[in-house]
Amino acid sequence: MALLEIRNVTRRFGSLTAVDNVSFSVEAGEFFTLLGPSGCGKTTLLRMIAGFDLPDAGAIVLDGVDMADTAPERRPIHTVFQSYALFPHMTVSQNIAFPLRMAGIAPAQIAARVKEALALVHLEEKERHYPHELSGGQKQRVALARSLVNRPRLLLLDEPLGALDAKLREEMQVELLEMQREVGITFVFVTHAQSEALALSDRIAVMNAGRVEQLDEPSRLYGIPRNRFVADFIGKINMLEGEVAESGDGRVRLRVPGLGEIQARVESPPRAGSSAAVALRPEQVRIAGPDAPLDMPNRYRGKVHDFLYVGDVTTYIVDLPNGQQLQALLPNSSPGRAKFFEVGDPVSVAWPAEAGVVLTE
Amino acid sequence: MGSRRTLRWLVGGPPFLFLVVFFLLPALIMVVASFRYPGEFGGLAPLFGARPGEDSGLTAESYRVFFGDWVYFEIFAKSFGVAGLTTLVCLLMAYPLAALIARRPKTERNLMVLLVVLPFASNFLVRVYAWMIILGPFDLLFNRFAVICGMVYVHLPFMILPLYTNLEKHDPVLLDAAQDLGANAWQRFWRVTFPLSLPGIFSGSALVFIPVLGMFAIPEILGGKDDWIVGNMIKESFLGTRDWPFGSMLSLMLTVAVLAVAGATSWLAARGMRRA
Repeated sequence: MALLEIRNVTRRFGSLTAVDNVSFSVEAGEFFTLLGPSGCGKTTLLRMIAGFDLPDAGAIVLDGVDMADTAPERRPIHTVFQSYALFPHMTVSQNIAFPLRMAGIAPAQIAARVKEALALVHLEEKERHYPHELSGGQKQRVALARSLVNRPRLLLLDEPLGALDAKLREEMQVELLEMQREVGITFVFVTHAQSEALALSDRIAVMNAGRVEQLDEPSRLYGIPRNRFVADFIGKINMLEGEVAESGDGRVRLRVPGLGEIQARVESPPRAGSSAAVALRPEQVRIAGPDAPLDMPNRYRGKVHDFLYVGDVTTYIVDLPNGQQLQALLPNSSPGRAKFFEVGDPVSVAWPAEAGVVLTE
Repeated sequence: MGSRRTLRWLVGGPPFLFLVVFFLLPALIMVVASFRYPGEFGGLAPLFGARPGEDSGLTAESYRVFFGDWVYFEIFAKSFGVAGLTTLVCLLMAYPLAALIARRPKTERNLMVLLVVLPFASNFLVRVYAWMIILGPFDLLFNRFAVICGMVYVHLPFMILPLYTNLEKHDPVLLDAAQDLGANAWQRFWRVTFPLSLPGIFSGSALVFIPVLGMFAIPEILGGKDDWIVGNMIKESFLGTRDWPFGSMLSLMLTVAVLAVAGATSWLAARGMRRA
């Protein structure tokens, strides 16, 4: 049995349907992520799981028990808030002890468990400090320790890394993963940062306009997005829109105006004549000199429009004959060399038939 | 550098001078006055060059009288009792109201705060006399109860405003966090809202407690002869018995007592904060 089940949950605010008939389940021990742009309903869903809001329809079931009649303070679920929500009048130790005191645990035991939690987040020397004396990362750790100290069944994290700077965020990502493995508690993580979601999650539910667009493992979301929204939201992508010219036998030929026909592999071939798109990751596109021998079915000439050097790779933006721009990624494996092509250089771009994903939705 | 200093004096100078001339100097004059002899027809006897048979110079006579008779201590104790009770009643009435206002939408809040201060728009004495009309028919006048009613009524806004200002600043997510971590409604109040509102409680209490001690109009209008407090005694010394040194001494003693109470409270509060 799944630890948490979301069954056909709907939540409306006036005429707005914030969460629209959403269903999924989260397994025990999983690092599960709700990913989506702001306003997609992920935070509303999280608040309903925590108990601060109730669904208009559907059920939230934890360990087989419908949580509808269980107040937030009685649910074995804790939340790490985006702003940390540390109690400013309590020291680090007192903050961490709070859920234990509320649970009526004996003071002697509280002290031992607070020590344990402090060790988990490496803040032993800060126990007597007040929240305003801590850095952002330290506050974050205290919030985590406070939420984990009495071992909830489920930990909800509401954009917990949003307020940290980029470098600290990456460090905290690693710590979060290690911490989750160490304590073995199920995490439901809410974020709008797709790279964070990909890096941390066992599974991700991509949400948009109150619905789950796709629920999958990170690599499958990235590699086999189900529709244009998911393809576009996760990572960078080139979208070539066209009309299905020929389809069948696991292959499809897509007629793209101004470009010609694109070949792609597909599991369930779309109907000929329907409109579809080929979604192509920049790292799947080969870029070479204009006359380089590239033995691939999809091969076009273009001109370098611009490039973005980010250290490990360079992204070239290539103008295609139909006026569309295509992004192609080239790893910078030769030291000291930032680029292979200049702006305005004629180049060829190519990709194999199996590289693209055909999207009809 | 020089212009900054000039600016500082331009901004801080006028109130500084005002307070020196109209607060510090009078306070010092009062200290000296409390050690002088009363004049024959009110006022103060001269320090030097008395006419024959007249007292002059400095004396601790007022203090000797004050410390030599329990009755003054009793009046002080009664005054502190009245002030303490007024403060407590104000606090109990103001806290829920301030919390309620703080949770309303922003636009409504300003209107409600306006309603709280609206009574100031009419004259203080008129409002106190109104209590005679309210309590008179029920035969509830000229006793401690009427005094407390008047005191609470007049001072309630001074408790509501600082409490509201404090409670309005509380981050509501802290209550969510407390609830999320297992705190029920009472625990959320007692462990989060209340300790965070202590600064508001202290400033509100000071704004009620101290003025009540010096208040003489309300006990005089609504109270009986037994309900006189320090304020009445001070007023009586200056305007009734015309013993200025005694009145000055009483004022000083009141100041000392208030400072002692404030000091003790803040010391206790600091201790409480550390233990909480």
